[in-house]
Amino acid sequence: MFGLLSRGALAAAAVLAAASISPPALAQGEVNVYSARQEVLIRPQLDAFTQATGIKVNLITASEDAIIERMRTEGRNSPADVLLTIDVARLIRATDAGLLRPIKSAVLEQAIPSQYRDKDGRWYGLGLRARVFYYNPARVNPAELSTYEALADPKWKGRVCIRSSSNTYNQSLLASIIAHKGAAVAEQWARGIVANMSRPPAGGDRDQISGVASGECDIGVGNTYYYVLMQNGTEAERAAAAKVKVFFPQQPGGGTHVNISGGGVAANAPNPANAQRLLEFLTSAEAQKIYAEVVFEYPVRAGVAVAPQLQAIGTLKPDTLELSQLAAHQVETVRIFDRAGWK
Amino acid sequence: MTTLAETGLPITRRRPRIDGWTVAALGIAAATTLPVLVVAASVLFPAGDAWAHLASTVLGDYVLNTVWLVLGVAALTFTIGVATAWLVTMCTFPGRRVLEWALILPLAMPAYAVAYTYAEVLDYAGSVQSWLRASFGWGRADYWFPEVRSVGGAVLMLGLVLYPYVYMLARAAFLSQSVCLLEISRTLGSGPWRTFLRVGLPMARPAIVTGIVLALMETVGDYGVVQHFSVSTFSTGIFRTWYGLGNLTAATQLAAALLAVVFLLSALERFARGGAAYHHTSTRYRPLPAFALRGPKRFAAITACGLPLLLGFLVPAGLLTLWAVQTAPRVLNERFWGYVLNSVVVAGLAAFLAVAVALVLAFAARLRPGAVTTWASRVSTLGYAVPGAVVAVGVMIPFGWFDNTLDSWMRDHVGISTGLLLSGTLAAMLFAYVVRFLAISFNAVESGMTKITPNMDRAARSLGAGPWSALRRIHTPLLRGSLLTAAVLVFVDTMKELPATLILRPFNFDTLAIRTFEIASDERLAEAASYALSIVIAGLLPVILLSAAIARSRPGQS
Repeated sequence: MFGLLSRGALAAAAVLAAASISPPALAQGEVNVYSARQEVLIRPQLDAFTQATGIKVNLITASEDAIIERMRTEGRNSPADVLLTIDVARLIRATDAGLLRPIKSAVLEQAIPSQYRDKDGRWYGLGLRARVFYYNPARVNPAELSTYEALADPKWKGRVCIRSSSNTYNQSLLASIIAHKGAAVAEQWARGIVANMSRPPAGGDRDQISGVASGECDIGVGNTYYYVLMQNGTEAERAAAAKVKVFFPQQPGGGTHVNISGGGVAANAPNPANAQRLLEFLTSAEAQKIYAEVVFEYPVRAGVAVAPQLQAIGTLKPDTLELSQLAAHQVETVRIFDRAGWK
Repeated sequence: MTTLAETGLPITRRRPRIDGWTVAALGIAAATTLPVLVVAASVLFPAGDAWAHLASTVLGDYVLNTVWLVLGVAALTFTIGVATAWLVTMCTFPGRRVLEWALILPLAMPAYAVAYTYAEVLDYAGSVQSWLRASFGWGRADYWFPEVRSVGGAVLMLGLVLYPYVYMLARAAFLSQSVCLLEISRTLGSGPWRTFLRVGLPMARPAIVTGIVLALMETVGDYGVVQHFSVSTFSTGIFRTWYGLGNLTAATQLAAALLAVVFLLSALERFARGGAAYHHTSTRYRPLPAFALRGPKRFAAITACGLPLLLGFLVPAGLLTLWAVQTAPRVLNERFWGYVLNSVVVAGLAAFLAVAVALVLAFAARLRPGAVTTWASRVSTLGYAVPGAVVAVGVMIPFGWFDNTLDSWMRDHVGISTGLLLSGTLAAMLFAYVVRFLAISFNAVESGMTKITPNMDRAARSLGAGPWSALRRIHTPLLRGSLLTAAVLVFVDTMKELPATLILRPFNFDTLAIRTFEIASDERLAEAASYALSIVIAGLLPVILLSAAIARSRPGQS
């Protein structure tokens, strides 16, 4: 037994030694990506990039705040070249922590409308997702639906399904209401929604759609791509999606609330040129088409077709709010949710 | 045999001195406590007004739900674990031979996977309630159905996958009880119930308490189940404070408060053991007498043992299989086998390291009993209850600091850049696993160690063997079962480990748990099933081996 132990110890020591001396990827022809977007959803774009440029992509995925924290503690020696997130607030949080560098790129500025990028060029939106209503056409007349605010009306008491406020999509939605109407109105709204919930918030966006389909509630709130994914999902999901209709709510005086998935170049990027090339590639017509067809996001680049399935559920008229304005309210949103008792 | 009174004879001389063993114990304690200390040190930093906000809004919920969770899981794991262990060890009934090992199987199920599957089937839109509504024409208000996404649901999920800790340790304890005691109890006129309550249970107390404490530590550290069920606990609160409020300091302070709870739990365990010693003085071992159950009792025993297995393993594994079959062709490719290899290699290394460290720690505590080694082992095992992501932060911060400080110094004085030596390596990840899972390996090794009578050590000493030689030639062979148990438990837990792996892993390094989580968090449960199922399968083999080893571990039997 002990012989085994010591042989094993040697082997383990060798592995550890090998692991700790292998240098982080710095060589030319590589780019290191820290991604909050999960691997299966970003890999097709990254593979296309490697194919187009010959630059090898190294990838780590993790939740947004965790990966930002990792960049921070790694400091100036961090191997990260590009940070990708699925939420604007986290991009701005990374920017505020000094983790992203400004880059000047005519390609990016031309491809991305100004409301979806940082003025100083530290972060750029790469895809859009809209937060919409799902309703049961047997129990809800779409003429009754209008704005997000109207969903807090007492007539919807016990009829609304929405997920936990720990979720960034809800946080950004509330932040946009604060940006439009101020914190007091937003808190009133959050309390109204809590009062209208048909059950305590639980599950993901698909669960809200299933909730509407099964009759647990009449209206659910969720992001657009989940619905399309369900239409292409399991038998049960397809059946549920078929029972539900989509409504694009408006912000007062604006359009539907949108969030971005996006990215920026790391402040300490060892391969900044490749990093910029990657971001530029991700806004190319080719990569934007993948965004549209794999993830069912709305392309951020004008002129790239929205996926037909997404087109079929209605036309998006996005809110014109500068997304950088959402970030200022991020911390406030969670506090409002806590006070409103939105779990 | 009775419990051995303290003879007052130390195993070796008790002259206080600094020697290799004490230093080793202190070194292990220092290293494994570092991440925990980084977390605890957060209380020294101001967290703004976050606490005032938390206290006035959600903190009450966090505390209350955590308390309910702890009490519920304690009760459930105790009831299931002890009852099944006693039944399969002391009674005969049909199916006992299979149940003996099968009862451990839920251990291989990641708690989050069980939660996903039950929520999918049992919530309002799930197949069970849909079927009820369709069959009876019920509407929403026409019937009552227990809400699976609730504190009670979380207790059930965690209890079902964590009871094997209690089962295993209790069973090992029942098996190692000398037949004399039980026979004496019978000859004095006690029936099976009385024997259980008055002799079997008290003798197994330390093992049972250890099992429950392990289950509870895992419960308070759990994030997957409570997050999926939207139950606000300390653990979800830590992440909400970190991610949502963007306040890592306040988040680690919450984690520090959780640490205090864990410290309390482990103190409780020591207290439960009391001063008594539980090693055996008798070497008389014969096959245990079995109470042959008949009639309704037989049926009751089968139900009592079969139900936890059914709910904790067969049903969720069956559902996962059902879903996996639909998606397997898409999932089983070259990459998939890469994930399997990564998971198994990392889990194997982590198991080996955690057991080796635990062995040194436990032996040091045995050789040099006293405050130093006791405290060293106590603080070394705190990491288990800290949510993985918090341990990961505790590892990241000092490692990053070390790397960058060394790099700066080397640039200034030698003119070369050493870059990141530790951060983002496999070594950092393995270190985090040892910090997190040392409690499991240490408890298993230590409870095995307490059953070796000090006379063994004394005999070895008197025959001229040094401590190192005794550890190698006496204790390690005697502890084979315990070491194997420890290794398997750490292996299985590492296979399932998610948050620390996510944050700390090197580039392009994915495991089964990571794939399961990513896909499940994208709400594609059917596809996640194949990955989750392979975690279960990879965990099963060692669990079955372990089960066999425990059955063989009864002293005096070959």
